[in-house]
Amino acid sequence: MEPDYNTLQEFVTHTKGVAYLLIAVALVALPVFWRFLTDRDDKKRTF
Amino acid sequence: MGITRRQFFGWMGAAIGSQVSLHKDANAASNKHFTGYPGSMGVLHDISQCIGCRKCETACNKVNSLLPPERPFDDLSVMDQKRRPHANTYTIVNRFDQPDRQLPVFVKKQCNHCKEPACVSACFVKALKKSKTGAVVYDDSLCVGCRYCMIACPFDIPAYEYDNPFTPEVTKCTLCQPRILNGQLPGCVEICPKEALTFGTRDELIQIARQRIKNYPDRYVNHIYGEHEMGGCNWLYISNTPFADLGMREDLGITPAPQLTSGALAAVPVVVSLWVVFITGIHAISKRKEQMAADEKQADVGRVLKSEQARLTETVAKLKEKAKEEKEAAVKREVKKALDEAAKQARKTVSDPKALKTPSETPHTENQESE
Amino acid sequence: MAHPTCQTKPVVFTPFNIICGIILLIGGVITILRFTKGIGAVTNLDDNNPWGIWIGFDLLCGVALAAGGYVTCATCYIFGLKKFRCAVRPAILTAFLGYALVVLALHYDVGRPWRLPYPIFFSQGTSSILFEVALCVFLYLTVLFLEFSPAAFEWLNWKRARYVIGKISLVLVIFGIILSTLHQSSLGALFLIVPSKLHPLWHSGYLAVYFFISSIFAGMSIVIFEHLVVDRFLHDKIDEEHDIESRNVALGFGKTASFLMAGYLMIQVIGIAIDNDWKYLGTRWGLWYLIEMIGFVGLPAVVYAIGVRERNLKLVQWTSFWTILGIILNRLNISLVAFNWQLPLGQKYFPSWMEVMTTVFIITIGVVFFKVIATRMPILHAHPDYPDDH
Repeated sequence: MEPDYNTLQEFVTHTKGVAYLLIAVALVALPVFWRFLTDRDDKKRTF
Repeated sequence: MGITRRQFFGWMGAAIGSQVSLHKDANAASNKHFTGYPGSMGVLHDISQCIGCRKCETACNKVNSLLPPERPFDDLSVMDQKRRPHANTYTIVNRFDQPDRQLPVFVKKQCNHCKEPACVSACFVKALKKSKTGAVVYDDSLCVGCRYCMIACPFDIPAYEYDNPFTPEVTKCTLCQPRILNGQLPGCVEICPKEALTFGTRDELIQIARQRIKNYPDRYVNHIYGEHEMGGCNWLYISNTPFADLGMREDLGITPAPQLTSGALAAVPVVVSLWVVFITGIHAISKRKEQMAADEKQADVGRVLKSEQARLTETVAKLKEKAKEEKEAAVKREVKKALDEAAKQARKTVSDPKALKTPSETPHTENQESE
Repeated sequence: MAHPTCQTKPVVFTPFNIICGIILLIGGVITILRFTKGIGAVTNLDDNNPWGIWIGFDLLCGVALAAGGYVTCATCYIFGLKKFRCAVRPAILTAFLGYALVVLALHYDVGRPWRLPYPIFFSQGTSSILFEVALCVFLYLTVLFLEFSPAAFEWLNWKRARYVIGKISLVLVIFGIILSTLHQSSLGALFLIVPSKLHPLWHSGYLAVYFFISSIFAGMSIVIFEHLVVDRFLHDKIDEEHDIESRNVALGFGKTASFLMAGYLMIQVIGIAIDNDWKYLGTRWGLWYLIEMIGFVGLPAVVYAIGVRERNLKLVQWTSFWTILGIILNRLNISLVAFNWQLPLGQKYFPSWMEVMTTVFIITIGVVFFKVIATRMPILHAHPDYPDDH
C-alpha cells in the first residue's frame, strides 16, 4: 500500500520528488537508447 | 507448450487491468480530496466579540520572548494605523471604524495556519512545514532567506529580520506549537478576556462557528472566513461586519496553493524527456540533411562526370568511325587513283616508267585534328 | 568571487577604467555594509515587498538576457545553421558571465548566502518552483562554464583538455537547452502562486510559456545588440569571418525574433481571453499593460520586420535594444510594478540608491570581465589552431 497523504502539500512533495528522479532516469536512458537505435548506421554517425 | 491461449489473455488482462487501475489511481490522486491532518487544531476568532484590548499581543510577546515594543501594549492609539505582523510582532489587532456604527470593529491578525500553506509550498528547503497539530512551523536551521514564502503568502503574514546581518529569520505566529505539544493553550487564546478566541480542533471550531451563525443570524455575516479560503485555514473567523470591510480579502479563491504550481512542476519531467527526444531528433535531421546535401553534391558531380565521359567516348568512337570511313574512302580513292594511273601508265606503255611511285598520306593529317 | 577591488588594471587611466574604478569602489563599500549591517541597512525592502530589484532586475532580467547562450547554441548546433557559429562564443561568454553575476547578486539578496547550496544538497523542497530554478541555475552555470572552457583551454594551449571538452560539446549543448527551457519558464512559474497579488493582466496560467518564449527573443536581441557594442569598442579583436557573418546573424535573428514576438503577442491575447481579463484593459493598469505589449513588443516586432526586409542592419541593431528594454520592462512589471498592485501607493517599493548602485556594480563587474576575457581569449576571433571549431 502506498502511504496515504493527508495534505496535497505532502502528496506534491512526494510525487514531484519522484519526478525529479525520473528526470535523471530520462537523461540517462534516452541517450543510451538513441545510441542503441543508431549504432548500426553508416560510419558517418548522425550524432 | 509454454503458454496457453487462456493464460496469455489472462496476463494481457492483468497487464491492461494494472494499467487501467494505475491510471485510475493517478486520476484519483489528482482528484483526491485531501482533508488535512485529522484532529488538527485551530482557533476560531469571533470578530464580533473582540474589544481591542491588545492583551493577546501582550501574551504573544511574552510567550515567544520577543523584544518589548516601542510603545506599550496598553497604548491603544497604535491602532490608529493599520498594522501587519513584523519581525518582532507575531500578532496585531487592527481597529476598523464603522461609519454607520458607534463601536469600531477589532480584528486580530496573525498566521492563519493554512491547511495547504502557500509558504510551505513555496519553500525550497522545507524550512516551513505543516505540522500534524495544525501549526505551520518554521525551522531556522534550514532557511536560506530567499523570502519566497513572503511573496507567496496571500495573507501577508511572514516577516523578515532585515536588520539581522548574520542569522536573519523569517518570523511568524507558530500557533504556540511548543505550548500545544505541552497541552497548553496558545498564549493569545489563554489570555483573551472575551470569547473572541476559541481553541479546538478545526472540525469542532467549524461546528461552533456554524452554530453561532445559526443562533444569531442577525449578528453574523453568513461566512466562515478560513473555511475554504486558499483551500482552508486552521484559523477561522466569524464576523458581524463584511470581511471585505475589515481588510480581509474575499477574492483569494479556494484553490490550495500547491495546486497553483503543481501543473507547472508536472510539466518539468515531460519537457526534459521530450526535449531530449526532439533536440536529438532535430540534430539528427539537420545532420542527415547535411549529409544528404553532401552526398547529392557528390552524386551530381559523379553523374556529370560519368555522362561527360560517356559523351566523350561516344564522340571519340564516332570520330574513329568517321576516320576509318574516310580512311577507307581515301584508300579506295587512292587505290582507284593508283589503278587509274596504272592503267593510264599502262596505256602510255613503255616510254615513262618513273610515274609509278606516288603513295598518298593526305587522309591522316585531316583526322588528327579532331582527336 | 565577490572581490570588488579587483582593480589591478594597467596604469592607463582611460575613462573606462576610471568610471569602472569608481563604481567598483562604491560597490565595495555597499558590499561591506550589506554583509555587516544586514539587508535592511542598504535596501528599501520590507515585509510587504520582500523582493526588490536584486531579484526583479538582477535575477529575472539577468537570466532572460543571458538566454543568448542557449538560443545561439541551438541555432548553430541543433538546427545546423553553421552561419551562426561566429556568434556562439560571444553569446556563451555573455551567458556564463550573466549567470555568474545572477548568482553573485543572489548572495546579496538572500539572508544567509552561505546556505545557497542547501536546496540542492541538503533539504530539497520539491514542491517549490524556486527549487527547480535553483537546481537548473546551478546545473546550467556548470554547463556554461564547461561550454566556455574551450576558449580558455585554447588560450592556455591545453590541447588535451580542449580535445576532451570538444568530445562532449554536443551533450553540453543539449543539456544546456533543456535546462534553459526549464528555468527560463520556471522564473515565470514562480508567480503562479500569487494570483491574488499579481495583477490579473500579468498573472496567467501561461506565465511559464510567456517567460520561455520571451527569453528566446530576448536572447536573440542581446546577441544582435552585443555585436553592436563589441564592434564599437573591441573592433580590433574581431576577425574577418565574425565581421562578415555578424550581419547575417543580425538579420537572421532579427527575422526570427520578430516572428516570435508576433506569436508572443498572440498568446498574450489568448491569455487574457482565457482568464476573461478584458475588463482590466480599460483601467490604468490596462494602459500600462498595453504600453508594454504594443510599445515594447508589437512595435519592435514590426520595426524588426522592416529592418530585415530592407536589409537595414543599423535598424535591426537598434530594434534589438528596444526589444531588450521591453523584456526588462516585462520582468520588472511582473516582479515589482504589478506585484502587490492592491497595496496603497505609499507602501509600494522603490529601490534605494544603494540597491541601484549594487546592481550597477554587479553589471560593471560583468563588463570588466567580458573585456578582460574577450581581449585575451579567442572569443571574437578564431584561434589559429582551431579555425573550424569556433
